[in-house]
Amino acid sequence: MNAPDRFPEPVAAEFPAPPRTVEDKEGNSIHLRAYDEAEASRDALRTMYDAFDPEDRAQGIPPSRPSKLRDWLDRILDPDCLNVLAWEGDDVVGHATLVPENGVDSPYELAIFILQSHQGRGIGTVLMEAVLGYGAERGVSRVWLTVERWNHVAVSLYENIGFETTDTESFELEMAIRLQIEEATAET
Amino acid sequence: MKVLLGIGGSDDSIRALEHVVERSVDVGDELTVAIVENPQSERSRDEIEDIAKGVLSEAGLSAPIRHVEGHAGSELVDIADRESFDEIALGGGQTSPMGKINVGSIAEFVLLNAKTSVRLVR
Repeated sequence: MNAPDRFPEPVAAEFPAPPRTVEDKEGNSIHLRAYDEAEASRDALRTMYDAFDPEDRAQGIPPSRPSKLRDWLDRILDPDCLNVLAWEGDDVVGHATLVPENGVDSPYELAIFILQSHQGRGIGTVLMEAVLGYGAERGVSRVWLTVERWNHVAVSLYENIGFETTDTESFELEMAIRLQIEEATAET
Repeated sequence: MKVLLGIGGSDDSIRALEHVVERSVDVGDELTVAIVENPQSERSRDEIEDIAKGVLSEAGLSAPIRHVEGHAGSELVDIADRESFDEIALGGGQTSPMGKINVGSIAEFVLLNAKTSVRLVR
């Protein structure tokens, strides 16, 4: 499964890049920060996934077996990938990642996970905006994802952000967005 | 058990080939390999046939290899039905760059339409 053959032509609005602090619907301060490669950040992310409800896994990720989870984190925390963490105090409560298909000029696949205890507070939307803002800042213009078609909460989140459906032929819905980037960093 | 293995040349179908051949040897299944059309695959039919022959001979298993033309999913379901196969086996999906499993269109069609059991190999 690779990136879509085509991406929507209309360019999405600009998204606010991290770092950013927002208030969730319960009045808690949520800090959105790009992953800084510090061991403490990785440990906090790992702790979030250790507590993750298997029911909220999507298409096999995050893996539940500890060794597989470690491999997966190694893969997506690679310097080629772009990661934004949502922090509440010292805890990571949400994570969004952009993974290139093959090199920095290729389309990036997006995934986002919110800890069950923090769902329904609007963190998904601000975290999505943050990771897309961060991507655009780094010159990423094409972003895509797949989502299980019964996952209406996720599908409407992506639609509200500006994703368009690019493939409805498969089990999973494929969606994509084109980001507004600075000319100097534009992909060729 | 009579097993119909459909392979179209994607990496997951090659993994399925290796797994199902090994399993057939272990439990004595009667295997038929069907090479089907998969527009997503970069391997030619001849290449796929060579791979299948190699895997079979290495395992010491004798199984017919058939070339199936037309819509892969419906042909597999049809063959399984007409020739009384007990099970259809297929590759269980490719993974995206970040590791998400994506079930292919052939597997989806077979799952929804087959009257036999379906084995998806991961």
